[in-house]
Amino acid sequence: MARYVEQVMGMPISLALRGKHTRDARARSTWEAVVDELREVDRVFSTYRADSFISRLGRDELSLPDCPPEVSEVLEIANQAVEISDGAFSVYLPDPAGGLVFDPSGVVKGWAVERAARRYLDGLEDTDYCLSAGGDMVARTLDPTTEPWCIGIEDPLDPNRLVATVPVRTGAVATSGTSHRGTHIIDPRTGRPAYGIASVTVVGDSLTWVDIEATAAFAQGAQALSWLRTRPRRTGLIVWADGQTTLFDTSHPVGQGAG
Amino acid sequence: MKRIATWLLSTITVVVLLFGYHTSTSGKATSAPEVIGSANPATNSGAGATSSEPTNAPTSDPAGPTPTASPSPGSVGTPQPSSTASPSPTAATVQGDVADTQWGPVQVQVIVANGKITDVSVLQYPNGNGKDQQINAYALPVLINETLAKQSAAIDMVSGATVTSDGYTRSLQSALDKAGL
Repeated sequence: MARYVEQVMGMPISLALRGKHTRDARARSTWEAVVDELREVDRVFSTYRADSFISRLGRDELSLPDCPPEVSEVLEIANQAVEISDGAFSVYLPDPAGGLVFDPSGVVKGWAVERAARRYLDGLEDTDYCLSAGGDMVARTLDPTTEPWCIGIEDPLDPNRLVATVPVRTGAVATSGTSHRGTHIIDPRTGRPAYGIASVTVVGDSLTWVDIEATAAFAQGAQALSWLRTRPRRTGLIVWADGQTTLFDTSHPVGQGAG
Repeated sequence: MKRIATWLLSTITVVVLLFGYHTSTSGKATSAPEVIGSANPATNSGAGATSSEPTNAPTSDPAGPTPTASPSPGSVGTPQPSSTASPSPTAATVQGDVADTQWGPVQVQVIVANGKITDVSVLQYPNGNGKDQQINAYALPVLINETLAKQSAAIDMVSGATVTSDGYTRSLQSALDKAGL
């Protein structure tokens, strides 16, 4: 197995490769393509950069047609996220001054990492990968009989410990929570920090969506579990503020057709 | 002769085997819901293809299944030891059309002798296709209660609340990255 790591978008991007292309030129050029693409995404979407398309859009200096097409794509995903979460997910976040600031970052990371994996890593023949951006990741395993990737889930109350592990062959894992940055997810409907919950981990097929769902669930505090149980084909873990844990599993819905 | 073969084919029943499957954690399937459909008679050859299509979708869990397909000999009559795969006045090999199911293509072959199906084999069934990769793709997290140091050898990546660069150095992920670089 080979590992690569680079700081992009203000967070560590980590790649693990196993199989045919791990350290050869093909593996390295693919990794460079992933990093380059994420840097480009940052140039377009960063709210920390005053000159990004997103910042200029937020200041009404640009309109949507002036932006690259992926801006519309991300905003469309954001609209769907607001809809499925009944407003618990929002791209207009309260700022300290009491206003609302346009910030689609909650969509961008998962979407960008999933897209980079599909575009570049999927093309690595006979190679399994796990690509993580700041703790949210997408994994692929080609041979269903090989060992799955073993993903550790950090204990939000003690970052020196893991609270769980989850085996993932092909899928995505995202966690939202309070550790590392302190409380940083605000319920947009109340303007207050999420209460009663320490972290939410969602496992599913799409990083874009498990990332959104982890964020939306976390913002709902005590209601996180009942909402997550409405999302099909997911597993995951909630760590409550008091350290209690709840596993959930909607991957086997009863009486529904596959789809 | 042609008439006889046509008559044979018009009276046989092709057993279409669908899949039994279990959850991602329980291994091989043991239950196989099956659908019995009438074969369409071949029109111009005693050994020609008949088509059959599944008419029902299985109703078990859709997510996390491990599809398998296996003949159910009990439902197709008593095997005749004398049957062969080569066409003869009393035995014919009939391949069903490829049926697209939600798990991928399925095609079965039957051998008919004396008006009875004596053998059923599955020529194609979903195995290793894209849908299968989603199947069994992930499982429920397993709660643990050990220190990271004890666990880290077996961990490939760590999922946690957004790991910012300044917090990165104290995260387990950095240790993993260092070990692998």
